[in-house]
Amino acid sequence: MSNSAAQLAYLAPELVVAVGAVAVLALDILLPERSRRLLARATAAALLASLAAVWWLYAGEVAGRPERLFTGTLVRDGYSLFLDAVFLLAGILGALVSARYVDREGLQSGEYYALMLFAVLGMMLMAVSAELVTLFISYEILSLSVYVLSGIARGRAESAEAAMKYFLLGAFSSGFLIYGIALIYGATGTTALEAIGAAVMSRGLFGNSLLLIGMALVTVGFAFKVAAVPFHGWVPDVYQGAPLPVTAFMSAGVKAAAFGALARVLFTAFGSLSAVWQPALWLLALLTMVLGNTAAIAQTNIKRMLAYSSIAHAGYMLAGVAAYTAGDVALGSVLYYALVYTAMNIGAFAVVLVVGREGEGNQELSDYRGLAVRHPWVAAGMALFMVSLSGLPPTAGFLGKFYILNAALRANLIGLAVALVLASLISWYYYLRVVWLMYFIKPGEAPPTLSGAPSLRLAVGMAAVLVLILGLWPSAALNLAQVAALTVTAGGLPVIGRP
Amino acid sequence: MVPTIAYVIVSAVLFTIGVAGVLLRRNALIVFMSIELMLNAVNLSLAGFARQFGSATGQVFILFVLAVAAAEVAVGLAIILAVFRHRDTVDVDNMNLMKW
Repeated sequence: MSNSAAQLAYLAPELVVAVGAVAVLALDILLPERSRRLLARATAAALLASLAAVWWLYAGEVAGRPERLFTGTLVRDGYSLFLDAVFLLAGILGALVSARYVDREGLQSGEYYALMLFAVLGMMLMAVSAELVTLFISYEILSLSVYVLSGIARGRAESAEAAMKYFLLGAFSSGFLIYGIALIYGATGTTALEAIGAAVMSRGLFGNSLLLIGMALVTVGFAFKVAAVPFHGWVPDVYQGAPLPVTAFMSAGVKAAAFGALARVLFTAFGSLSAVWQPALWLLALLTMVLGNTAAIAQTNIKRMLAYSSIAHAGYMLAGVAAYTAGDVALGSVLYYALVYTAMNIGAFAVVLVVGREGEGNQELSDYRGLAVRHPWVAAGMALFMVSLSGLPPTAGFLGKFYILNAALRANLIGLAVALVLASLISWYYYLRVVWLMYFIKPGEAPPTLSGAPSLRLAVGMAAVLVLILGLWPSAALNLAQVAALTVTAGGLPVIGRP
Repeated sequence: MVPTIAYVIVSAVLFTIGVAGVLLRRNALIVFMSIELMLNAVNLSLAGFARQFGSATGQVFILFVLAVAAAEVAVGLAIILAVFRHRDTVDVDNMNLMKW
């Protein structure tokens, strides 16, 4: 691959999003004030075009044949294509749930949508990075965009405070990440993931302290981003203070991006050191699942409850990564869960937006009393998302958890599997409490009035359909996740013909 | 010639000072400066390693870290300013609108 134009074709999804982001910024200046609403549509159009490019690359059978681009700094494989699709789904749902909110709250729409697109671009570049410097730059593109997005409602003090907490802790954690990368570079003399893996093997660096400290610091950097306990302190405040559609978008997208990158680094570069990091991830997963779920019980604000729930789900996905010895089964289950979680979590947040009022009103659990009486469809959607988040059949959440359990059992992590089931049992209480409030409690004095923007309803509908499809007919998506996982676990070797 | 290990030790000390600053100081601006110190500690170690290997990767990485740090300054100061406009303070202990 020497022809750079041909290499760029492999990056079509990323390029479309980048061009879209710049176009949105330009349109913001060129369009008259009253047609700013078009920006939401332009954003959705750019993301859909990018999704079409992902499909085009899938059709060209790129998924099974990893293609190294630009002297090996980027790699286009099934793994990055699958993750791209997840990020684009998060972006599309995010843009849909934002449209009405941005108008109502008077946010700067040009900056808002451009930053959202840049954040998606950062996620997509993280997924294609095959080298640590590129990975770090992509991570920062994502992070800086999301810091600004969480503080974009400048009129509300909570939003500014959330942005500051997120920024300070995020910058702190990226300090750990690059220090880790620097130490890994010092130990191996390279930053390319495959070359690091090869250097560990050929030079026998298994006990090299620089390398081990570097690996630990990189893991800590990502643990902050995925909100693993004990690096989760920022999550509840940031999720509660940030504008609701931003919370919806980042709870799913940022988590998926960080997991994608963490898993690729650990599997590709540090596979031979799994005896060291597997127990560490095991412990992180356990703490994250237990603490996330128990803290969620005590919450009365639904945004905060969903924040703790997102910590808990990070724990389930960490359990999938910790099941390293199950190989592609483990990685496939994490990828599938990232897709499922994106659909069900943004769906749940979309319902919170439907119920919510101006200035982040109506976000207490008590506001959901009797919702089913007046708004049966909205309540049914929320019930579906809650059941899915709690991991009950016949929803996507059940299958996602089932495959992670399967991977944990195959990797002989019996204790972690038992903990996962018990943690899920705890989570039933607070998820199903919402369902109970909606269906069995009489509405309060002021029955909830809904904001019925068509884009919002479309987002709820799309997410609900996805949750049902992924729960009832999962084989297509599951096959794609499996192929994607194989491109990483097979060590980048061409894999064609396996499911 | 200064051995590489000396660079690694100095950078580790600087990094630790930065981490301590983030954890102990309460003024958001000083916390932010401590984070910048952490990034510069990383740069020092990268420069040391790059000299040892005689490769450009480490030096190129430094340029990228500097660029990222500059972007973080732009975003970070704007965010801290936004908080100051609301609260008239940038003390992180006062950031308690939500449960901390």
